[in-house]
Amino acid sequence: MSESKVSVKPSRPWRPSPKERAINFALILGSVLASYLLVAVTELKGKLAYFAVFFVALAVLNLVRGVLTRDWMNGRDQFFSIVMLLGMTMVILPTASILYTVFDRGRKGLHAGLLTNDMSLATPSDPITSGGLLHAIIGTFLLVSVALVVSLPIGVLTALYLTEIKGRLTRPIRFLVQAMSGVPSIVAGLFILSAVVYTVTKSYSGLVGSLALTILMIPTIARTAEEVLNLIPNDLREAGVALGGTQWRTVAMVVVPAAKSGLITALILGVARIVGETAPILLLTGGGDAVNLNPTQGAMGSLPFYIWKSFLLGTEESITRGWAGLLVLLVLVLSLFLLARFLGSRRTK
Amino acid sequence: MTFENPDKKEKAMATPSSLASVAANTRKPGTNTLGIGLEARGVHAWFGKHHALSNVSLDFPAGTVTALIGPSGCGKSTFIRTLNRMHEFIPGAAMAGEVLLDGKDIYEPGTDVTKIRLKIGMVFQKPNPFPSMTIGENVLSGLKLAQLKNSNKDELLEECLVRAGLWNEVKDRLNAHGGSLSGGQQQRLCIARALAVNPQVLLMDEPCSALDPGSTLRIEETIKELSETMTIVIVTHNMQQAARVSDFTAFFLADGGPGEMIETAPTSQIFSQPRDQRTENYVTGRFG
Repeated sequence: MSESKVSVKPSRPWRPSPKERAINFALILGSVLASYLLVAVTELKGKLAYFAVFFVALAVLNLVRGVLTRDWMNGRDQFFSIVMLLGMTMVILPTASILYTVFDRGRKGLHAGLLTNDMSLATPSDPITSGGLLHAIIGTFLLVSVALVVSLPIGVLTALYLTEIKGRLTRPIRFLVQAMSGVPSIVAGLFILSAVVYTVTKSYSGLVGSLALTILMIPTIARTAEEVLNLIPNDLREAGVALGGTQWRTVAMVVVPAAKSGLITALILGVARIVGETAPILLLTGGGDAVNLNPTQGAMGSLPFYIWKSFLLGTEESITRGWAGLLVLLVLVLSLFLLARFLGSRRTK
Repeated sequence: MTFENPDKKEKAMATPSSLASVAANTRKPGTNTLGIGLEARGVHAWFGKHHALSNVSLDFPAGTVTALIGPSGCGKSTFIRTLNRMHEFIPGAAMAGEVLLDGKDIYEPGTDVTKIRLKIGMVFQKPNPFPSMTIGENVLSGLKLAQLKNSNKDELLEECLVRAGLWNEVKDRLNAHGGSLSGGQQQRLCIARALAVNPQVLLMDEPCSALDPGSTLRIEETIKELSETMTIVIVTHNMQQAARVSDFTAFFLADGGPGEMIETAPTSQIFSQPRDQRTENYVTGRFG
């Protein structure tokens, strides 16, 4: 009985009909043909020419289709849909190209000992299989951890001052934070070099590198955290204090937990800002070839430094090592992002 | 102005509810649960240079429900927010006058604001359960926020939810998130949350304006039950609601200038024979 009852099939009438899909396909085909024709006939040459002509043709054809089947408004709508598509392609293509290149070239440098050896006993022209980048991974990990431990509380507290306390200094501090986020990384490096290295420590170390990274990280965390905290509705703050909570209790129990996933995003953006940072690292850390677990003393390697040095040495092997380093750095950053997404979306009981 | 209401006097004498004994640590045991009520004397309010409310004096006898009615922008919400010092949260806000809780001015220098807000709870226009907390945690959040100790949290949780008329709907999913409830349920959750710290006075700023008639009815029933143990002030745009739930009604109006209280009287009188022509125009629907 129940089967015979189901005489209505679910359908999606808002989807394009087979006819419309055929027209879409024809338009794309037409644009491809147009790009080949124009490149063959006219002076236009190169991959970029195909790309440009294809999109112009597709946009114009869709405009004409819209005007013919409906009206001028619809034509413009179709035209700008294609412009959006172009924008999206221009974002995705270079990113995909970078990812592909790094993975393709980097995989040649992968070997069993890559993550367990350092470069202290390998020379630039040694075969790929000798040496590794353990020292660089450990160095980057230490540099980022120290910078994170310093910047996260400062950044989040700054954001809390700007959004919760809103004191007299709000405007100047917000201005400073914005100005700081535009500081070129080499300036941060030079500042620490002249203010700390030349006057106090008199030597390279991981710690001074972390200090420079902190300067770059604080504004990123503070700005993102401020935006996130501003999104928390004021109702919640009022509800908190109306229940007899002090402002501090309300912020700690209601506002910050409500903004948790956004604050984790702020943290990740901060890490992403500095993990590949090269200029201050070159100036400050010394970039050794051996594993150094002590951030307060001695040269400390890092992935950006390792990559820079490998390409600078110029032998075929070291350039391959550089690509492998890039691959590892990229995978590291991507896994950090995934981890943050996971932590941010997981609901605590 | 003080109103004598024989029915209410009996209520005021009623023994403290079991809720009061559960959360007795908010007040010393043995004291009258209801206190003597809340009094506003010559309250003015400003937002920056804008004079929003002028010279409102109003008594809220213990154990009564007072409805504040009037057209939008007449200062009702501003007034209710001066009663538990939420007004000062708005940048540029200023006020004048006195608000006496059991005869003591809550604006007196040196007063602990958080203690005042513990005694004078508030339910907001828009349901605002804490998104990071479960239903159960939401109800008990006031205890944590104000750092009150309570040995019998389960009992308090159940009692608050029962009194807010929500227990039967949520008893099997106290660990679900507050956001998973419907709008009306969320508002009752917020009422339960306000009850958990056992306030003497409960301020409600248009608590039903975002709710459907069914949920509104439930909340009105809740208000009637609550008035046995606490003093309630409710802002409402719904005159039928004011007539249904309140003992006293105060009519506010801003006629070009700052908002003023035009008239206050027992509710039946406001709706049957108001003294002021403007009140009559409003309650009979001739304007506003």
